Amino acid sequence: MADLKINIRDLALKNPVTTASGTFGYGTEYADFMNLKKLGAIFVKGTTFEPREGNPYPRMAETAAGMLNAVGLQNKGVVYFAKHIYPKIKDLFTSVIVNVNGSTVDSYVSCAEIIATLEHINAIELNISCPNVKNGGMAFGISASGAAEVVAAVRKVYPKTLIVKLSPNVTDITEIARAAEAEGADALSLINTILAMAIDVKKRKPVLSTITGGLSGPCIKPIAIRMVWQTFKAVKIPIFGLGGISCWQDAVEFMLAGATAVQIGTYNFIDPTIALKIIDGINQYCDEQGIKSVSELTGALET
Amino acid sequence: MEKYIIEANVIEKNSFEDKYCLLKLTAAQPFPDMRPGQFVQARINAASVFLRRPISINFMDKEKNVLGLLIQLIGNGTRALAEIRLGDKLNLILPLGNHFNLTPHSSTEAKLLLVGGGVGMAPLLFLGSYLKNDGYEPIFLLGAKNKCDLVQLKDFQKFGTVYASTEDGSYGEKGLLTQHSILKHNSFDQIYACGPKPMMLAVAKYAAANSFPCEVSLENSMACGIGACLCCVENTVDGNKCVCTDGPVFNINKLKWLI
Ligand SMILES: Cc1cc2nc3c(=O)[nH]c(=O)nc-3n(C[C@H](O)[C@H](O)[C@H](O)COP(=O)(O)OP(=O)(O)OC[C@H]3O[C@@H](n4cnc5c(N)ncnc54)[C@H](O)[C@@H]3O)c2cc1C
Ligand SMILES: Cc1cc2nc3c(=O)[nH]c(=O)nc-3n(C[C@H](O)[C@H](O)[C@H](O)COP(=O)(O)O)c2cc1C
Ligand code: FES
Repeated sequence: MADLKINIRDLALKNPVTTASGTFGYGTEYADFMNLKKLGAIFVKGTTFEPREGNPYPRMAETAAGMLNAVGLQNKGVVYFAKHIYPKIKDLFTSVIVNVNGSTVDSYVSCAEIIATLEHINAIELNISCPNVKNGGMAFGISASGAAEVVAAVRKVYPKTLIVKLSPNVTDITEIARAAEAEGADALSLINTILAMAIDVKKRKPVLSTITGGLSGPCIKPIAIRMVWQTFKAVKIPIFGLGGISCWQDAVEFMLAGATAVQIGTYNFIDPTIALKIIDGINQYCDEQGIKSVSELTGALET
Repeated sequence: MEKYIIEANVIEKNSFEDKYCLLKLTAAQPFPDMRPGQFVQARINAASVFLRRPISINFMDKEKNVLGLLIQLIGNGTRALAEIRLGDKLNLILPLGNHFNLTPHSSTEAKLLLVGGGVGMAPLLFLGSYLKNDGYEPIFLLGAKNKCDLVQLKDFQKFGTVYASTEDGSYGEKGLLTQHSILKHNSFDQIYACGPKPMMLAVAKYAAANSFPCEVSLENSMACGIGACLCCVENTVDGNKCVCTDGPVFNINKLKWLI
């Protein structure tokens, strides 16, 4: 049995396998299928300062080995989260991480300030990469100056572990990664969904109500691996790698490319127990390879 | 209700031309209790299909531990699902969603109308059997292109009176289900409808105009089926609600349809 523990600043994870924001609800949706405490951490649904209704239906289009979504951050707002959801989930997991979103710098800051008061939440994931909202979101994540501005502002009000989630919809992700690191991000997660589009040929109309949406699932994995590898070489802070993970081999691939931990997203819909299978698979792989601590895998790619 | 992931075995398969496929499944463990209106998320083993597909529970035989699914072949997913062979395994998440109102009236004499168009009939067979078992006498109104598409006609007849409309007039009245004469001079204590959206909308308008209570079962496209992704929402008077957890059954008063 290898040592699967991971530390990312003051965030102690019992293993490197976590579940990605927007694909695991608040975790309770999966409680019938697994012991949630076995997960390294859960990243809960995207949360904003104000409540949001999200985008109109249809919000989903299936594609080869993946899907497009245009949910648009539907959530009841951070105050509702703190009052009604947090008390129900705070003891269900080893670690709960809140995915924080906004449309202006102020709204990111206000949201983060409230999450900072919640004792059992040791980290936030600042989402500067949502392609599905008109204002904010990805707008901050596609330029180094935008990323720097919002990370710096949130860093001032958020003393615990600050993870910044990057968008793949850029020419050079390392530029944004360096900007986030320079403003005090403790870790990065990448990638968010890839801006994409699908058309219903019979109707000659876009499938999604928003015309474009975010692509996720196994089809994006090679892009994500490439970006993790590039980013790993560009920054010193740890990386949560994600994008299309569907088995333990995928997770190991991310770690070899430079990820310290991984997030499982869309594949939870296909197999709700996949995260646990991946934990077991990594463990067995480490034993077979004579690896004592899973952290040895990070960046162990031989080129 | 607690949800399970079950490896079911295909023990019987009937194909109806290239349009419908009826699967009977059993499992090593007993299927949990399931209610009419609930559905399963079926995992499809085909390279061209990524997500699970939601399919209604068509019938349930608790004693024999047999579950039935009626599938209409429309696209890649349902076609691949219909390729399954006897003895093959089918991975299901179940039971999902809410259910129809199963105590529609204090009197078993109440007039209950179950309206099903196309594969929308699927959940109504289970509902009909349930209501019949509770002493009600359900009335079915089924709509299809032609007689061949009424694949479970005999099964429906076991649980109540069946009226039908076919587009070509090969069975029942000719025309659309919503033009059927049974709707003209009758009153109903409860209507249940499932089928294509335009049909459900027409039924909802009819029910609302006559002040008959009415529930519809929606078929919004889904990714997770368990309330985690928020892809399947329907706009309701209470805001966006997930069809997979708050539905698929909705009272028409809750919907923002132009009724
Ligand atoms: C709660 C629920 C219960 C259901 N019960 C049954 C059932 O018992 N039997 C059954 O046969 N089907 C049922 N369906 C519908 C079934 O899930 C879809 O037909 C199936 O997912 C289509 O998959 P496909 O890959 O074959 O077609 P796709 O390739 O996904 O689609 C083929 C075509 O149909 C259209 N389409 C597909 N799904 C929908 C939709 N939901 N709404 C509008 N247009 C759509 C697509 O736009 C496309 O043009 C149910 C759906 C829901 C949500
Ligand atoms: C339905 C859906 C909703 C999502 N919502 C969010 C969100 O609220 N915040 C966020 O940072 N990422 C969100 N994502 C992106 C995922 O967390 C993840 O970055 C992306 O899907 C790539 O990983 P995957 O291929 O493993 O799914 C969402 C993805 C999906 C499919
Ligand atoms: S299909 Fe995911 S929430 Fe309904």
